[in-house]
Amino acid sequence: MGLTARDQQLVAAIQCGLPLVSHPYAEIGARIGLSESETIERIQALLTDGTIKRLGVVVRHHELGYRANAMAVWDIPDDQVDKLGRRIGAVDFVTLCYRRPRHLPDWPYNLFSMIHGQSRDAVLRNIEHLIEQCGLGDIPHEVLFSRRRFKQCGAHYIDSPPRQAATGGARIPVGGQP
Amino acid sequence: MNTLEKRLLNDFQRDLSPSPTPFADMAEELGVTEEDVIGVLRTLTERGVVSRVGPVFRPQRCGASCLVAMTVPETRLEAVAELVSAFPEVNHNYEREHRFNLWFVITADTEDHLQALLQHIEWQTGLATLSLPMQAEYHIDLGFPLQWD
Repeated sequence: MGLTARDQQLVAAIQCGLPLVSHPYAEIGARIGLSESETIERIQALLTDGTIKRLGVVVRHHELGYRANAMAVWDIPDDQVDKLGRRIGAVDFVTLCYRRPRHLPDWPYNLFSMIHGQSRDAVLRNIEHLIEQCGLGDIPHEVLFSRRRFKQCGAHYIDSPPRQAATGGARIPVGGQP
Repeated sequence: MNTLEKRLLNDFQRDLSPSPTPFADMAEELGVTEEDVIGVLRTLTERGVVSRVGPVFRPQRCGASCLVAMTVPETRLEAVAELVSAFPEVNHNYEREHRFNLWFVITADTEDHLQALLQHIEWQTGLATLSLPMQAEYHIDLGFPLQWD
């Protein structure tokens, strides 16, 4: 399921954002030897096949006053996790929603959702809404607020050439917030 | 935040047109000039409010990635966090309020490389890591509706 070498170059060229100029795709293309129309065509293809989830203005919630974020984790019976996961993932203040393995007895939770809010109370209220809206009243859960942010870099998906040579290849991390 | 800034932040989080002149298209929709749009986006980027105008990739299209949790004694937390952050393969690293108090994401080109990194971190810290790879994704990222006071 890997990208072609040309698409990897393209991903590397756009991952930190489009240049804020009148013809951004022409400038991106010029860096990697594609014409403007070829660049647009390849980006459209990456959008169509889902490699690019969205293309647009990526805001930093923290800098916009959304200072609280919590990871709400749920222990959902295996036969319900897909259904409830999709329901939780569709709620607008939920920015990530993943199924991950339990590690019993230390870690009983199999669904992870990221909830943002302008304050701790707002996040807790959102979680109450979520429980009501998605019928999670009987589901054990915990809320893990973030404290310190030691490192966040959302923009590095594919290494620039020097380090790529050292570690051998392309990488795409879990998108967005942790 | 003025009206143009708010609209640029809220209304264009997805569906940016891959047309030759996306910023002119935005300007037309907003009834301003292309220079206005580019100028404001540059300012918002410089202020750190906008991370970028560009793509959000679907995770795990290539390589391996994993959410990792550790229980770190409070007195060692900063040192261990620093050690973990120093790996270029680590791209988010947060303290969270829980017995598992350090959470980060590792991405590597292969599963073997990822496992080797985890072993390395365990060996260097003497602490266990809890691996939580993604098994299914349920959220469709359509951006995030902003609320203004």
